[in-house]
Amino acid sequence: MNWMSFDEALPVIFMALMGVSMLVYVISDGYDLGVGMLMHRATPEEKDVLIASIGPFWDANETWLVLGIGILLVAFPKAHGVVLGELYLPVALMLIGLILRGVAFDFRVKAHAAHKPTWDRLFFAGSTLASAAQGWMLGRYVSGFGSGWNYPLFAAAIAIALPMAYVLLGACWLIMKTEGELQRRALAWARMAWPPMVIGLVLISMATPWISATVRQRWFVLPEVIALSAIPLMTGLALLAVRALLDTRHVLGAICWLPFVLLIVVFGLSFLGLAYSLYPYVVIDRLTIWQAASSPAALKFILVGVCIAVPAIAGYTVFAYRVFRGKTGELRYA
Amino acid sequence: MDAILLARLQFAANITFHILFPAITIALGWVLLFFRWRHLRAATADARQAWLNAYRFWTKVFALSFALGVVSGVTMSFQFGTNWPGFMERVGDVAGPLLAYEVLTAFFLEAGFLGVMLFGHGRVSERVHLLATFLVAIGTTISAFWILALNSWLQTPAGHEVVGGRFVVASWWQVLFNPSFPYRFAHMVLASALTCAFLLAGLSAWQLLKGSAAASAPRVLRVGLTLAAVLIPLQIVVGDQHGLNTLEHQPQKVAAMEGLWRTTRGAPLLLFAIPDGAVRENHFEVAVPKLASLILRHDPEGEVKGLDDFRDRHPPVFAVFWAFRVMVGVGVLMLATSWFAWWRYRRCGWAAEQLPRALLWWLAAMTFSGWVAVVAGWYVTEIGRQPYIVYGLVRTAEVASTVAAPSIGLTLALYVVVYAALVASYVGVLKHMAEKPEAVLTDDGAPAGAVATMAAGAR
Repeated sequence: MNWMSFDEALPVIFMALMGVSMLVYVISDGYDLGVGMLMHRATPEEKDVLIASIGPFWDANETWLVLGIGILLVAFPKAHGVVLGELYLPVALMLIGLILRGVAFDFRVKAHAAHKPTWDRLFFAGSTLASAAQGWMLGRYVSGFGSGWNYPLFAAAIAIALPMAYVLLGACWLIMKTEGELQRRALAWARMAWPPMVIGLVLISMATPWISATVRQRWFVLPEVIALSAIPLMTGLALLAVRALLDTRHVLGAICWLPFVLLIVVFGLSFLGLAYSLYPYVVIDRLTIWQAASSPAALKFILVGVCIAVPAIAGYTVFAYRVFRGKTGELRYA
Repeated sequence: MDAILLARLQFAANITFHILFPAITIALGWVLLFFRWRHLRAATADARQAWLNAYRFWTKVFALSFALGVVSGVTMSFQFGTNWPGFMERVGDVAGPLLAYEVLTAFFLEAGFLGVMLFGHGRVSERVHLLATFLVAIGTTISAFWILALNSWLQTPAGHEVVGGRFVVASWWQVLFNPSFPYRFAHMVLASALTCAFLLAGLSAWQLLKGSAAASAPRVLRVGLTLAAVLIPLQIVVGDQHGLNTLEHQPQKVAAMEGLWRTTRGAPLLLFAIPDGAVRENHFEVAVPKLASLILRHDPEGEVKGLDDFRDRHPPVFAVFWAFRVMVGVGVLMLATSWFAWWRYRRCGWAAEQLPRALLWWLAAMTFSGWVAVVAGWYVTEIGRQPYIVYGLVRTAEVASTVAAPSIGLTLALYVVVYAALVASYVGVLKHMAEKPEAVLTDDGAPAGAVATMAAGAR
């Protein structure tokens, strides 16, 4: 095996960075958006708790999307053009959704009391629109932007499944962050979202090898398939564990964090599987990371900043989560 | 309409909407730090409470403005790619790292500590909370640094080499500190401070008119007026220097600002004119002889280059000419308003109740004057750079998207509707917040986000 030179390795490093940013985004804004999509099921008092549970975090969570897209833009400019060109309309819809979600969050408590329900509805609508658009984009992306009747159908299925995954994540976040009646209701919401999320995950897992011969060959070859089967097996086990936990009473008490953590594991494993399928493509079967990458000089200059900034970001993200750890209480400006 | 015009309109709509909010938050972060400091240092209990009230009220304004800035900023990070895919392919090696550094050093800093700043009081020590406020303020300023460095590079590119049609960096120092950067950065930071100063003064005047914040509003009004009165002369000097820098590096932009079609010695300053690009003449000119030469060349007989020297390399004249006049006009109004109001306020011994109501109404009317000046100023500099995206080197048309016109038109319409509704809501909500009684702030921490009344089985 030949080791690649540092310049050749740079696009791999940036692909990994972009992937990790996107993964952190999907998990962190995923629970925000999931909570947003549960808004309409909550009573007015519960709505305030839902918002309070994500209040200190949502802004930083969304920043991971800016970083992920930023890396795509600066490290793989050709891919950025292709991907965002293909996804022009869903991107615009997602952005409108994120705009409505983000501003409704602030407006609802500051506007005239009579307008609060309207902002709550916009918060729900924005979260749903953004999640569905992201699902559609994920579906289109992993299926290589193919044309034919089956491709939009597949993307539409993912446009339902991804929001459901977010709802499950959001409900598990609430199980962790709330108590009492609301926590019990969150349990019910989680049970409801589990089946569609699992179906969506299975669909995506089947789609990439079905669409691309490259991916098929990479997965179903001995002896790799034996080692690789660990990924779906562990994902399945984690999902079953989540489902089993949702039926126990203990999940309301000391282990309330476990379903959420298990779901992070599920998202992480799914991401690994997807990364293994796609690598070394940034647009499947069309553009490899080396074809799409910026010059090594520019990448090195950014890498210096990344090496300094990312540990700092990780540090103060942990700090913020520690400050607001535990059950959600009253959220006051002070 | 053709796709490129729609793409430009869409980008312009987004960037216009976006700049409204950073224009407030860049300076307001520091003002909050100042309020906090006055609160901690206040001699009397009344003053302590008043500054705390001011801090709490303006924190809410900051949070709302920040949220609007974030969501429109996220949109922009996508539109670089969707609207100008060729831009990053050509100049990605220059622009990319600057944008990446903004996200890495500024975005995360602001977003990470905003939660602690807004909701963390009481959960962390006073010192850590003050530090969080400081980090948010410095984060917004660092953000402005990177973005203005990039924008200035587009205006006055330096420190690069062109290798096979792609721009490669030769010296990062020269890219960052390109010829127009110091002027543009100073001009924008001051513009933000002035926008914020008039917002402080205007909203406080409204609170005084409505009798809603008797303790904090007089103090905030004084801060706003003092800030404005001190900074606007400084801004005029910086603006003049910025103009001279533009004359040196982008003469056709200045020619468009002055509505000067032909190279002239002793060029007049036009107070009014209707520039007509079709016949390359102005209609209905009202001019002060030789004044433009005096301002630009510091010599009444100095030569100023006209637009005819740049034929297909100059911007649309009408928009640049009028945007410049709006900016300067609002600036003059700000100067007169802040000096008069400051003098009047001082004369009555900073007793707000003795201020004439007409003056308070006028200040309230000027609340968003900063927005008008900032947007007009950006129109001058951005439309003034056309037809180039990188001045003199890359034309905007070369990097435009291939997305079909109807798609761009549809999303443009969507964005414009959403943005218009949000600006209206923002102004309406600030008015509503200012009319709420101050007592909700005095209570130890107003319930702002949520009240967890959800103790087990509470329902």
